[in-house]
Amino acid sequence: MSLEISRAFVDAIAEQSRAEYPDECCGVILGPVGSGKAVRHKPMLNAAHSPTFYEFDPKDLLALYREVDDNDEEIVVIYHSHTETEAYPSRTDIAYAGEPGAHYVLVSTRKEIAPAIEFRSYRIIDGVVTEEAVSITD
Amino acid sequence: MSIEVRIPTILRPYTQDQKSVEAEGSTLSAVISDLDAKYTGLGERLLENGALRRFINVYINDEDVRFLGGLEAPIKDGDSITVLPAVAGG
Repeated sequence: MSLEISRAFVDAIAEQSRAEYPDECCGVILGPVGSGKAVRHKPMLNAAHSPTFYEFDPKDLLALYREVDDNDEEIVVIYHSHTETEAYPSRTDIAYAGEPGAHYVLVSTRKEIAPAIEFRSYRIIDGVVTEEAVSITD
Repeated sequence: MSIEVRIPTILRPYTQDQKSVEAEGSTLSAVISDLDAKYTGLGERLLENGALRRFINVYINDEDVRFLGGLEAPIKDGDSITVLPAVAGG
């Protein structure tokens, strides 16, 4: 199991995480239904505006699902940043992982590794976290 | 009266994989009771201590029920309810 993602998206997510620091950033990458391909990047507002929590605004969330439906897309990646901790799902991340088909991407912008970032991907299904390889394409 | 309830992927194991089901009730609370009667265990995923779970979003015709009276939100014939788990974490 692995996530294939373009360099452009990785860079855009890294850029977004730096820009929104010290708050966590978040967003999704969408793709055609059933394809599993990360094709369209859509940053989302972190309605919690917090360095330790993120949440899509409920109105944005509904609009996203309507858009995805209208476009015959699916949510392929759900990502967010950890500002001071490692790029591994927290207990909260695991508890709220409600999209079993998605790749959950964590990005860490913690000072110890800056300016580098950590970019890792996981499946979170029924409370079980499985890390997967990330294959970055040009 | 029968209304449509759209079920998110993560709750479809409770509805025999259906992504849309029908339910009855004149308030959201009544609709949830009806859903739970038809689909065992679904109520517990939506409610905790008699209130809507914090990280489950429910919409009536695209309006967040938090602004419509929560569990007491009135439901009319032809209304459509959508359930979406929050996308959140820490």
